[in-house]
Parts: sequence; C-alpha cells; structure tokens
Amino acid sequence: MAKFFAITIIVIAIASAIPILLHTWVAPEDISTHGHMIDEQMSETMVEAGVSFLAAQLMLALFIWRFSNPRPGEKVKSFPGGARALVIGAVLLVGAEVLALGVFGVKAWANVYLTPPSTNAMPIQVQAGQFAFYFRYPGPDGKLGPIHPELINEGSQNFYGLDPEHDPDSRDDIVTAEMAIPVNKEVHLLMHAKDVGHSFFVRELRVQQDFVPGLDVSLHFTATKVGKYEIVCTQLCGLGHYNMKAYLEVLSPQDFDDWLKKQQAMQ
Amino acid sequence: MPTKQMLVALLTLFVCPHLLFAAGTVSGKVTYTGTPARQKPIDMSKEPSCAKQHATPVTTETVVAGPNNALDNVVVYVSSGAPDDGQVPAQAVTYDQKGCQYIPHVQAMHVNQELKILNDDQTSHNIHPLAKVNREWNKSQPPGTPPLSEKFDKPEFIPVKCNVHPWMHGYFAVLTTNHYDVSKDGGDFKLPNLPPGKYTITAWHESYGTQTADVTITGNETKDVKFTFTAKPY
Repeated sequence: MAKFFAITIIVIAIASAIPILLHTWVAPEDISTHGHMIDEQMSETMVEAGVSFLAAQLMLALFIWRFSNPRPGEKVKSFPGGARALVIGAVLLVGAEVLALGVFGVKAWANVYLTPPSTNAMPIQVQAGQFAFYFRYPGPDGKLGPIHPELINEGSQNFYGLDPEHDPDSRDDIVTAEMAIPVNKEVHLLMHAKDVGHSFFVRELRVQQDFVPGLDVSLHFTATKVGKYEIVCTQLCGLGHYNMKAYLEVLSPQDFDDWLKKQQAMQ
Repeated sequence: MPTKQMLVALLTLFVCPHLLFAAGTVSGKVTYTGTPARQKPIDMSKEPSCAKQHATPVTTETVVAGPNNALDNVVVYVSSGAPDDGQVPAQAVTYDQKGCQYIPHVQAMHVNQELKILNDDQTSHNIHPLAKVNREWNKSQPPGTPPLSEKFDKPEFIPVKCNVHPWMHGYFAVLTTNHYDVSKDGGDFKLPNLPPGKYTITAWHESYGTQTADVTITGNETKDVKFTFTAKPY
C-alpha cells in the first residue's frame, strides 16, 4: 500500500509538471515596454518553485517507499545533528530563495512603481465605481478640472462631478467609457475609486493595480502594439463585479487624435 | 321627503344632465424657455448585447425636448381636489429594461398599485429605486427572470438606477391620484374624467422641479392649461 502511495505521489508530481514544461498555458502576448521583466520574473519564480516542488515530492515518495515497512530489526537512523539542525538549514535555504526572488523581482516592480513618469507622459484619469470604469482626458488646455463629489450624477453622465458652469478647466475635459491610448507613448494613469476597492488589470500590458478608496494612485506604462484589449476589475467589489470591465484601444497616433476629437464632439 | 328628493334629482337630470354626468378634461402642453442642457450620448461598449441594439448611441434623458420647445416626461397630475383618493387600480403598470434603458423613462403609478418590472435584455440588471420616504430596495434580475412585482405605499418621486449599468436612470412617480399623465409626443398631456370642481394641477420635471395651476371644471368642458419651465444649460 505504501509503495502504491509513493508511486501515486510521483505520478501526480510529474503529471502536473508536464503542461508547465510544455508551455501548454502561455501568458497572453506582452504589449508593454516593461512586460518582459515581469514575464522573466514569473518564469524564474516558476522554475525555482517547480524544482523545489518536484524535489520535495520525490523526497516524500522516497521516504514513504523506503521507511514505511522497516525491515525486521532495522533501526531508523536520525539526521546528523538532529531535527533542529535540519529545520534551521531548511528555513535558511527557503529564506535565501524567497529573498533572492524578492531582490531580483524588485527590479521589475520598481521600474513600474518607483520611477516617476517622464515629463511628456500623457495624463489620463481613471475612476472606478460600482460597476464601471470611466476615463477622463484633460482636453486641449491640458488641465483636469476639479472634482465635486456632490455633483456626481450618473443620470446626466456627470460621472466625475464636474462643474463646467463654474470651472473653466472642466469645460474641455473629455470623459469616456472606453480607454484609448496612442501606441509607443507613455501614459500616466491617475487612479481613484468612487466607492469601494477596485483593480485595474490589463493582462497584455502586465499591469495590475488596486484602487484604494481615498488614495490617488499613480501608474505609468507604454503600450507597444496596436489592438483592442480588455480592462477588468480584479478586486471583488460587489454584486456586479463580474461585469465590471472596459476596453482599451491602443491606436496609432493619427487614429488616437481622431478618436479623441470624436469623443470631444460627444461631450 | 324621499319623493321630493327623487323629484329634484329627476328634474336635475332633465334640465341640466351635465351636472350629474359631467366630466371635464384638463389638457395642454408643457414647454420650456431658455436653453436646456445638451443630452450626452451614452457609451454602452461595456455591455455589447445592449450596445448592438442601438444603431446610433442613445442619449441621456434628463431633459427630453421636442419641437417648439416642447418638454416630454413631465408628470402632470391632480394634486388636490381629485375625486378618487384611495382607489388603487387593479391594472399593473410596467417598467421595462430593454437595450440597457428604462422604458418609459418616467413611470407614474398610484400608491399601492402593482408595478411589474421586466428584463428584456440578455444581461443582468439590478434595479435600485433610491427611495427616501418609501422603503429603499434593490433587486437583481438576471436575463430570463419573470417580472418582479413591486409596489410603493407612500407618494414620492423616486429616482431609479441600475446597480450594474451606471448610465441607466429613470423615475417612479408614486401618486395618490389616478388623474395623471406623463407629457409625451411634443409635451402633450390630458387629464380626462374630472367631475365639476376646483382642482390644483401640478407638473413635475426631474431637472426643473414643479409648477402648479388652479383649474375649475364646471361641466362638460376641456380646460387648456400650459406649463412653462425655465431651462438651464448646465
């Protein structure tokens, strides 16, 4: 019975490693300038975690096979130095591994989060609310008008609570339900939540960032491939969470200008 | 004595029958002066099953204006002097969710009258009347759900929103009278079957507030009443 159990463990461990080694489930195409670092970090983590996983399963199977039915008169030997030395050694090994992943991983993370956007990055505001994203472009004056939460009125599409009657900066602001950005241009995303926690996730951009109510969160990235992608909320935010999404259009500079003009005409 | 009363009644019937069976009508038009706020197109791209039902984007409906400054979606009702207080119609009113819009945008009903809420879309809706006087509730309605049956027991103008689709907005007008109309097709309204008497007619618009007019019906007649609201561009 114990030998059967040991074989089962090995079969399960190898079977679960096969699709990963064969790259059965690959990540969607990366369309950002920083995405390759995230991908490298992910595959590095996968290799290290995978090797540790297989080694641990093989060891487990070996011990079950070897020691489940001790031979008559056999004395089970203990590890030199006792269990304490073994546990300390294991903690140090795993700790070093986790630390190494963190040290190397911080490069990829810091490149997205700890560097300021370049001065010519295009600012776009995104507001997450139950259960939709709305985007705001500053318009020709380059300024986003102030937000007055008490003026938020979804019935008149005033999702941001703008007061164009009194705030000149708000008059040319462009509010959209779809996000479009020019290709190969850095975007500075200014994020805030209207109600609860949400998340901004675009798989292809390798960008996933939470909205925290009360905080202005900032993010910057550059998309490198024209196309239409999906922005989804990946933080359970309520009943309509499953339906909280928007589309990201990465356009050529000319198409982007046309799109923005069209959106402006619709304000 | 009863004979005398009967004689008076018979005499009245022969001499001036309109006093017994008379039913006047108040009709008219709602208009606005000034510039109303521009209605913005609604981007439904996040809900493709709804977006594809509209060849051109639908717009917001906070002000629905017609030709010659006509104003639709104004609830015109008898706010005082109505003869039918407390009579709840057996017939239900319906409120449809279709193409991610509320149809009609403004639904008037009597207190305690049955309200049937339909979902004709391929997506889930979550209807949420933001009641202040009545009890506030919100109910999820996945596609294919049978109509919800609701009622409100106090008079109130209730904004209605969908918790899933932020652009969906409408109103319930819960009234204590059956003499009401919602102006449509160029601001027209009509309140028929009003026996002789003095009435106060109130007109309510979601963006421009209320106006009232006093009307006296003396017999079989149609009184013309006009309401003019002041529109604001913002």
